[in-house]
Amino acid sequence: MEKTLKKYFPVFVLPTAVAFLIGFVVPFVLAIYLSFCSFTTVSDAKFVGFSNYIQAIKDTSFLHSVAFSAIFTVVTVIIINVLAFAVAMCLTKKIKGTNLFRTVFFMPNLIGGIVLGYVWQLLFNGVLAYFNRTLTYSSMYGFWGLVILLCWQQVGYMMILYIAGIQNISSDMLEAAQVDGASPMQRLFRIIIPSVRPTIVICTFMTLTNGFKLFDQNLALTAGEPSKGTEMIALNIYNTFYGSTSTFRGVGQAKAVIFAVALALIGVIQMRFTAGKEDK
Amino acid sequence: MESKKQNYKNILTVVFSIISLIYIFPIVLVVINSLKKKTSISLRPFALPDAKSFVGLDNYINGIQKIEFFKYFGYSLFITVFSVLAILIFCSMCGWYVTRVRNVVTKTLKNLFIFSMVVPFQMIMFTLAKTADTLKLNTPVGIVVVYLGFGAGMAVFMFSNFAKSMPLEIEEAASIDGCNPIQMYFKVIFPIMKPTYVSVGILEIMWVWNDYLLPYLVLDIKRFKTIPIVIQYLKGGYGSVDMGAIMACIVLAILPVIIIYVLCQKYIIEGVVAGAVKG
Repeated sequence: MEKTLKKYFPVFVLPTAVAFLIGFVVPFVLAIYLSFCSFTTVSDAKFVGFSNYIQAIKDTSFLHSVAFSAIFTVVTVIIINVLAFAVAMCLTKKIKGTNLFRTVFFMPNLIGGIVLGYVWQLLFNGVLAYFNRTLTYSSMYGFWGLVILLCWQQVGYMMILYIAGIQNISSDMLEAAQVDGASPMQRLFRIIIPSVRPTIVICTFMTLTNGFKLFDQNLALTAGEPSKGTEMIALNIYNTFYGSTSTFRGVGQAKAVIFAVALALIGVIQMRFTAGKEDK
Repeated sequence: MESKKQNYKNILTVVFSIISLIYIFPIVLVVINSLKKKTSISLRPFALPDAKSFVGLDNYINGIQKIEFFKYFGYSLFITVFSVLAILIFCSMCGWYVTRVRNVVTKTLKNLFIFSMVVPFQMIMFTLAKTADTLKLNTPVGIVVVYLGFGAGMAVFMFSNFAKSMPLEIEEAASIDGCNPIQMYFKVIFPIMKPTYVSVGILEIMWVWNDYLLPYLVLDIKRFKTIPIVIQYLKGGYGSVDMGAIMACIVLAILPVIIIYVLCQKYIIEGVVAGAVKG
């Protein structure tokens, strides 16, 4: 069968492969090349070696955005996962209205980041108006604004995954523990948490990459204001490319490569984690 | 003991009811403000519309007429429907093929697909926009190719993972009965793969419909805009910002999503779970 199937390569694979070439492979290779060039359009590219990378790591706005993104990501990973797990625990206890609550908590995920950014901007600025301030008064406001926005959006998504994980735990095990006199705390830490470890790994890495990749919400809520104080990595790269001058596009591309390498590293660590767990 | 437990559950229901109300408050706030005069939106967003500030559906009429909301809604719908259809059909065929035929080409392809999943969009945004421009893919039809290409990674990965778990015997039997691979694909494989179609489809719809940066950079922005682009354009726009029209457009953008969500809730939530566990 494999032999006859082989002849059908053009039907089965070619459309995807050609689109993949246009939509990923060519731009990717070109992007790596351009990170070593000085350019404003592709045709005027001049090879400059590593100077873009050196400029990138010396750029204080970039370093600030990396630090901002890193702190933001750590904070959101912890808050989202703890809240999502807690809500999932409550919503698997067969209380009245469970379905309605799940529906409500998941809903923000379906709305795009740009729209959500403006929805929350209205709310935050409305509250801050009572104190005669706005969201762009200081970067602290922007930081916590983004944290609240992302948590509000993603707690529901992770909650759905945690619920699926918790429901997979065999009820025999929990009942046996109850008969043996295990306290609720013991059941939580000795049975439930170890059983949902794969879900915890998935959710942690998902929130981790989501935090680092955040762009739409950042653009809509604060646009990096005040004076680049709330600019995250993705927005910093975007502004280097499409900001007021186009002379630093090479530097922007170098920053993007650094960003991609960092995310690839996170991906590799995640694969190690999941593969390692399956072996045991 | 039993009644104490029931009490505890009732308290949880009350607590979660309150949290749920707080949770949807931001959305409700936008709906309320979409009915108010534009000057009283930014000044007092929490005030309910009164005789002075209530404008009925004026903002909606304004938004629909001046901003031509439905034109952009149409572009968004067209791009989402056809991109997701293209991804589902071509990537499922590709995913099945690379699992069944094992050679250097398919292995390399598969690794490339997996690799593309971790690459952030900012890495290739500039060169992708240039490539799409050069190939004249800057239209709603052309962008379908771009979405198929950039979205192929996750879709092929999920379909090929599912194909791995499918029993070979069915395919062998079909092949002995004289099915050629194309017949086999549409008559045998397609029905078995249905659940994966649903979960990949839902994840891709959520992505394409809400995507801002890719269409913004790829499309010829003077002629074609999608809903996220229009909203960003209105708000970040120069000159006077019509808050009333923006609120109305936001409500109009959210409304269809919520209606579809309420109708297909079960599939959406199952799709998300399946997608995360496999991805």
